[in-house]
Amino acid sequence: MSPLEIIILLPLLAVLAIWVGAPARLTGVVASILNLGIVVGLIYQYQTHHLADGKMAFLHGYTVLTNPHIQFAVGADGLSLTLALLTSLVTLAAVWSTVDKDRIYYISSLLIATGAYGAFLCTDIFFLYAFHELALIPTFLMIALHGHGENKNAAWRITIYLGIGSLILLAGLLGVVWYCSPDKSHLTFDLLELLKHPLKADAPYAQFAPANFFILLLGFGTLVSLFPFHSWAAPAYASAPTPVAMLHAGVLKKFGLYGLIRIALPLLPNAVNVPWIQNALLLMLLGNILVMGLVTLHQRRLDDLLANSSVMHMGYIFLGIASGNALGLNGAVLLMFAHGISIALLFMLCGRLRNQLGTLEFEKLGGIAGNAPFLSFIFGMAAFASIGLPGLANFAGELLVFLSTFQSFRWQEGFSMLQITTILSLWGVVISAVYMLRAYRKIFFGQPNSGLFISDPLLSQRVPMFLLAAVLLVVGVYPASLLNIIQVSLSVK
Amino acid sequence: MDHQTLPGILLLLPLTTALVILLFHGALKKVAHLVSTMVAVVMFGCAVSLLGADNSEVIHPLYSFLKIGNWQADIGFLVDQQCRGMLFIVTFVGMLVHIYSLGYMKEDESKARYFGALSLFMFSMNGIVLADNLIMMFLFWELVGLSSYLLIGHWFKKPEACNAANKAFITNRIGDFGFMTGILILFGMNFGDVSLLGLKDSVASGPLHYVVQQGPWIITLACIGLFLGAVGKSAQAPLHVWLPDAMEGPTPVSALIHAATMVAAGVYMLVRVNFLLVHSHDAQTIIAWIGGITALMAALMATQQNDIKKVLAYSTLSQLGYMVMAVGLAAPDESMFHLYTHAFFKALLFLGAGAVIYSCHHEQNIWKMGGLRRALPVTFVTFAIGTAALMGVPGTSGFFSKEGILAVAYGHSKFLFVIGLFTAFLTAFYMTRLVIVVFNGKPRSKDASHAHEAPFVMLLPLLLLAVPSLVSGYGLLSGPLQAMVPHAEHEGGQIVMICSIVVLLAGFLTGSRLYTNKEKDPLNIPLFANKFYIDEIYAWIIKYGQDRVAWIVNAIEKIFVDGLLVLFPSSLAAGLGNLMRRVQTGSLQGYTFVLGLGIIAVVYVMLFATAKH
Repeated sequence: MSPLEIIILLPLLAVLAIWVGAPARLTGVVASILNLGIVVGLIYQYQTHHLADGKMAFLHGYTVLTNPHIQFAVGADGLSLTLALLTSLVTLAAVWSTVDKDRIYYISSLLIATGAYGAFLCTDIFFLYAFHELALIPTFLMIALHGHGENKNAAWRITIYLGIGSLILLAGLLGVVWYCSPDKSHLTFDLLELLKHPLKADAPYAQFAPANFFILLLGFGTLVSLFPFHSWAAPAYASAPTPVAMLHAGVLKKFGLYGLIRIALPLLPNAVNVPWIQNALLLMLLGNILVMGLVTLHQRRLDDLLANSSVMHMGYIFLGIASGNALGLNGAVLLMFAHGISIALLFMLCGRLRNQLGTLEFEKLGGIAGNAPFLSFIFGMAAFASIGLPGLANFAGELLVFLSTFQSFRWQEGFSMLQITTILSLWGVVISAVYMLRAYRKIFFGQPNSGLFISDPLLSQRVPMFLLAAVLLVVGVYPASLLNIIQVSLSVK
Repeated sequence: MDHQTLPGILLLLPLTTALVILLFHGALKKVAHLVSTMVAVVMFGCAVSLLGADNSEVIHPLYSFLKIGNWQADIGFLVDQQCRGMLFIVTFVGMLVHIYSLGYMKEDESKARYFGALSLFMFSMNGIVLADNLIMMFLFWELVGLSSYLLIGHWFKKPEACNAANKAFITNRIGDFGFMTGILILFGMNFGDVSLLGLKDSVASGPLHYVVQQGPWIITLACIGLFLGAVGKSAQAPLHVWLPDAMEGPTPVSALIHAATMVAAGVYMLVRVNFLLVHSHDAQTIIAWIGGITALMAALMATQQNDIKKVLAYSTLSQLGYMVMAVGLAAPDESMFHLYTHAFFKALLFLGAGAVIYSCHHEQNIWKMGGLRRALPVTFVTFAIGTAALMGVPGTSGFFSKEGILAVAYGHSKFLFVIGLFTAFLTAFYMTRLVIVVFNGKPRSKDASHAHEAPFVMLLPLLLLAVPSLVSGYGLLSGPLQAMVPHAEHEGGQIVMICSIVVLLAGFLTGSRLYTNKEKDPLNIPLFANKFYIDEIYAWIIKYGQDRVAWIVNAIEKIFVDGLLVLFPSSLAAGLGNLMRRVQTGSLQGYTFVLGLGIIAVVYVMLFATAKH
């Protein structure tokens, strides 16, 4: 048995235990801590033994079907371990910060975690797809059952959007399975096998690569709220229960990006550089950054603002994918990790404010910093991380992404579309500073509004906040630590 | 200790201090200010021991911040003469401001947080000064922006302070947009190497050498990008609006960050990349003119301000304009010289103003002061010394450095020379006005008549700053500080000197004639008093150019993207919803069904495939 299977099973076992009556929070926290420990251990092991070749490690599999060849197979490299680390950190924080809630909260969080681990650690296209779907179900249900505000509406919308997105994605995945399987009468879903036969320019059917890539882009893109298929995201996050918002925005959403980097880019090499695909992608991600940036500027409630900002920031990750070189992909992965941590932390704090204050409307808030200095400090850190302040993790990712687009700069030919997009995206950095600082000022600074009672969290509740904030700081100061294992796993020239 | 350890200490010590204090300022209330101040003293010691005549340009890497394949971005130090001189200024003024703050912030309930942020500032500022590459410089560049934000907004319950903090950070981000663009262009052209020495070599005999010859437009663009960064940080027109508002912060902060050090970082950066600027005549022209315009405009605005700190703030803008102009006129040495002297006398003036404000129970309106000369003798004398230096009275440090810049302007462009000269006249005028209104005549309020001298911890920094304000122009320490004090002879030196003495006298006489024994301002020029209405124009642009656009985009997004794209899915939803109702399974299963759609499809395809086989 591979340790990766333990990682996937552990939350599931915890769910069973809670279901039969084990204390919900304790079980969840213990399982999450164990998983975090295992993931960190595996990263250490990967770093010491597998860094030289950068190949998948901890492989293991059971064949489920022989034709088409489907197996429950796991394996991990730096890329998947980084995302597993993200999953374990956010899960721990989400479960820890959920207090005095019905056990369904813990069960759903752990189920989402199982799905996310499975999606990131399986090396079989069928299973990594299925695990993601599995994780979506508790997400939808929790929004519908325990959400805030217009949660029914939001739940329907996310269900339908992601349902359709998943179907498109499935079509694209079946496409690559067919094109990249060496023996067309014996299709294989084994990603490692498929990766040996990428659809190169000289391969048969190579002319279908761009179309296939585009379908995958739409499918994965919808899951990541790529503009203009994003309108499920903001209402869903705004109305989702806090742990669900943390886990979906922080972790599960990254599946679409992971899929693009793990499946679409290597199996369909060069497709991203086909001009019409490149331009379409650049246009869409500019929609994320500029249009959604302005939309975020317009929000009047903290949860809406965070939800929209999270849609906006996906644009920078797509920019890294669009540039497609080593710097860009490393930056994209680093940014996925950083964004996951920072948005989870923000949603956690936002949930706390909602619980204590009963409102998140900026007009009704103010002056919280006086009564809750710790809360404002941590919130400030997460907010500044999310707008790309140096020294915190997101900056390093954004910087790499920006730099990557200028690596191919040929000044004699002027700026390419990619570089123009980058310069426009840089303006998004100004926009995000505007909305984040405005929000921070309205909530935390000024005279306290009457009738607002808030206090700093107890020491035990500070643990998950410290945890995520410390990760932002450590990765921000020394991003090379994480890049070390990420870069060996990205097969770029 | 070698040149790697000392700079390392200059970064790590304040960083640790800042983190510990900011995280645990509740528990460290009693000691935080002492620790922070001690650290500032140690840093000054480090900076002094770094001084030396050695003029080597060697990079000392600390660690790789980013490393991908063969490419890496380091945190490393380029400890050359400019760097050492700048470190000396930053840590010297920084240390004095820490000491001064012990008195000024004594009663403040959030003193610990204040000193934590000061340490954070020292860390970030040292980082800019030490940076051996543009990426590292940008990194710390944004961090000084953060510490400035924290310190301006220290009294976060005051709405003006919060707004000023936001304004400062956001305006700087607009400048950073340009800075980053410039870095990206250089990164692309120089194949990933943005270290200062690497770029310098490249311009001399590398890839950039070819670019310089073939495509000056792109060099110009890169230079303008970098300059935009400096425009934000050094508060040049049209991004100057944040600096006067930043005076909402505690006065020692204004002295350290918004007068002597951080705002000079823009000039320092330009001087660091001067080897690039000299290859773009267009960029230099733009820089010189922006500097000249800022110098003049700010001086005009300073003549009509009634808040003691605002007068000094506009004067800072104006002096920074001189420095920027000098860079544009290809005279980085003169620029650094003025930066060096200005740091002392402007910090002195701000701390003096702080002492006045402290004595008058936080009154900042100069028309409610008056006659403070007798009550505050030490403050008065030191303030007068600072004023003399700022006005450029012969013999003081400011005289030499301003002289250098005016002489350069005289050699390059008579038009800019006249602007510089007129600015010098205005400087003499508004500083005379300030000193006379504050210190002469009779007290015009109860606070002013009951004023008494500030405590010794606050007076000591004034005395220590008064000395270099007088003598730093003479090239004492000229071995170790040779980068700061140039010895060039300028053409037309005598004409320039005569002109500047004439305008100095003219400004002084006009000021003293107009303002001696006046109860209120005899002049009333709304255009200057209202800062050319630039803030109002920007507010209008933000309202209509940004917030309204955001509103429209939001509406379009809601209607079109949301509406049209959802049309199909939502009718599907309605259909499914009806279906569910009809079979009366309740919505729960309905959800599960739709969500599982993907899985079901996979299973279906699988079975289908297997069956066929």
